[in-house]
Amino acid sequence: MPDQFLFATEVFINGLMAGVLYALVALGFVLIYKASGIFNYAQGVMALFAAMTLVGIMNGQVPFSHIINAVFGTEIHHFGWHVPAFLAIILTVGVMVGFAWLVQRLVMRHLVGQEPIILFMATIGLAYFLEGVSDLMWGSEIKKLDVGLPQGGSFWIEDMTAGLGSENFYGFFIDNLDMVATIVAALLVVGLVLFSQYTKQGRAMRAVADDHQAALSVGISLNFIWVLVWSVAGFVALVAGIMWGTKSGVQFSLSLIALKALPVLMLGGFTSIPGAIVGGLIIGVGEKMFEFWIGPLVGGATENWFAYVLALLFLVFRPQGLFGEKIIERV
Amino acid sequence: MKLKLTTLALGAVMAAGPVMADLVFPSLSYRTGPYAAGGIPFADGYADYFTLLNERDGGIGGVMTKLIECETGYNTEKGVECYESTKGEGALVYQPLSTGITYQLIPKVTADNIPLHTMGYGRTSAANGEVFSNVFNYPANYWNGASGVVNYLLESNGGDLKGKKIALVYHNSAYGKEPIRTLEELSAKHGFELMALPVDHPGQEQKSQWLQIRRERPDFVTMWGWGVMNQVAIQEAANIRFPMENFIGVWWSGAEHDVMSAGDAADGYKALTFHNVGRDFPVFHHIQKYVVDTGKAAGAGDQIGTVLYNRGMYAAMLAAEAAKTAQGIHGTADINAAMMRDGMEALEINEAKMADLGMPNFGPSFNVSCENHGGPGLVGVTQWDASSKTWSLISDFKPTDGDVIGALVAEDSGAYAAENKITPNCN
Repeated sequence: MPDQFLFATEVFINGLMAGVLYALVALGFVLIYKASGIFNYAQGVMALFAAMTLVGIMNGQVPFSHIINAVFGTEIHHFGWHVPAFLAIILTVGVMVGFAWLVQRLVMRHLVGQEPIILFMATIGLAYFLEGVSDLMWGSEIKKLDVGLPQGGSFWIEDMTAGLGSENFYGFFIDNLDMVATIVAALLVVGLVLFSQYTKQGRAMRAVADDHQAALSVGISLNFIWVLVWSVAGFVALVAGIMWGTKSGVQFSLSLIALKALPVLMLGGFTSIPGAIVGGLIIGVGEKMFEFWIGPLVGGATENWFAYVLALLFLVFRPQGLFGEKIIERV
Repeated sequence: MKLKLTTLALGAVMAAGPVMADLVFPSLSYRTGPYAAGGIPFADGYADYFTLLNERDGGIGGVMTKLIECETGYNTEKGVECYESTKGEGALVYQPLSTGITYQLIPKVTADNIPLHTMGYGRTSAANGEVFSNVFNYPANYWNGASGVVNYLLESNGGDLKGKKIALVYHNSAYGKEPIRTLEELSAKHGFELMALPVDHPGQEQKSQWLQIRRERPDFVTMWGWGVMNQVAIQEAANIRFPMENFIGVWWSGAEHDVMSAGDAADGYKALTFHNVGRDFPVFHHIQKYVVDTGKAAGAGDQIGTVLYNRGMYAAMLAAEAAKTAQGIHGTADINAAMMRDGMEALEINEAKMADLGMPNFGPSFNVSCENHGGPGLVGVTQWDASSKTWSLISDFKPTDGDVIGALVAEDSGAYAAENKITPNCN
């Protein structure tokens, strides 16, 4: 096969993998928007907070140690233990559930019935607050995250495909971490679909998403559902934080991965879980293929803006996104 | 009534005016945001050195120093706001640690006659002091860095790079684009092929760039990165099994946190430097004793000896030495920004002075002059040892290609002078 075709195929596959990572972030947005109509600006920062909390727990770091030491004149930074990754993940999920409860209790409960823009502004405030709290709680240095996920290209795939082209073709490069992310994303989507279809809480969540006043009239607790939704979004943020944090270390920039999710949401729709996945794949493949074919002609660095151009193109023809619900407001 | 009004007016003026007894050094730092991991140790090193001077020496020339820190978040608009809000405090010199902020401040500092020191960053052609009267970028600039990479590769390849391919992975910003022109000139001169690969802010996703590197197989990769871009690039290089010893970052891509997240895979990665690394210097013992142990450190005291802490400390030392020079030139300890500028232009750093300061062999010797605000542009190379988690200086501070850089500086500064109707002079 011609090398150029093989290279394009390699870029295509890596685009799919990148798209899965974008979709992981987008999923959190979709969950909250679907259940409450809130565009949660803080979703990226939640991924940062979750990943920082995970590393902090794993390393036995004392939260708010700088403040504690400054107030009490102590020099305590670590508890002196290391927590296994699996247990730390469970504890972090617990923290994210606690965070969801606090958000509902202190912010969202007071804003029921407000305009969506007010709720959106509240999440902007929440994002900046959480960013500051993350720094205060765990420090702003870059932290290595190792929960045992494999990294680097798959030698097996490289070896198996090396003979497909000329001697200039090394075989396909597929990152092991990206493959794990794909499996995890698939499991997550299946899990979310099963949860929303076959559990009482999941059905209640869907009822609230369809019509929260009707859901209230049949005895569904809106407060509980919001805590549940924010908890699930927190869990999704943790998964995204683990995947992205393993790649680059856990640091402030993790919060900026939300920027990668926006075109995915525009394309896939804000209310569809499969839409987030398909949107992620289209954005991932589209931006990578554009960079591969057109990038060299225009000086490269096309991915960031091209993802938005692609999303805008879809918006022009289908404003609700590929899988989004068409909203018809009668006046 | 008149007396009361006069007293009130005088009181208001005194309250509003700068505290003349202090030598004011603003620190345009970034302890928050995506680049905080680099900004914090630099700001700590910068602050701790001035604290050391106050605690150990009673300031500079008997006048206490005062550090005014202003958070920029590496944001150009905030950086300019910080400048505007602190310049009235009697600021002697600005070091914004950002090329974007530097570009905005150049016309402002020139109009306000306040010196701007952009050590290893900023506008490279500011080395021409005849045009950029208030801007200094000693001891090295980006173009020295670009040439330093090529010289190092020439040296390690028997003086011949013909037919070799060098990839430049750069932050797609004013900062990242700085070395391109120089590398293009050096490519023509030495016969290597240059392949430029931009990475958009913040640089969290670089799969396309590294797949391209894997396809096109450059012999060497050099990087002009900052923030998360560095960590991701080093991890991606490891992922595609690019040999780390052939991967050289500029000095802003060679701190501990840049390599730590890649773990053992980062072993052998190299980075340029214009100062030494590690904490085995007497000045750090002094900082520990007078600053950290007395609870006056800017941070937790755990950054001493890290690459960027050392750089911040070195930047502060150069500012302090320029202030001393200014005090000597003008015969007064109470200097202002204009006098500070004169001190910077007459700065002499030699090994005897560095040893006296507790920094033997910490940085190169150099002199600044009106014609040359950039110093000699001596560049060294460091290498990361993942097992001991330390950087080591693996070369001397060596000269860079003055012919190529000099011509580019003359061309770019000449264009700036024409555009801004500046008559180059050294009077």
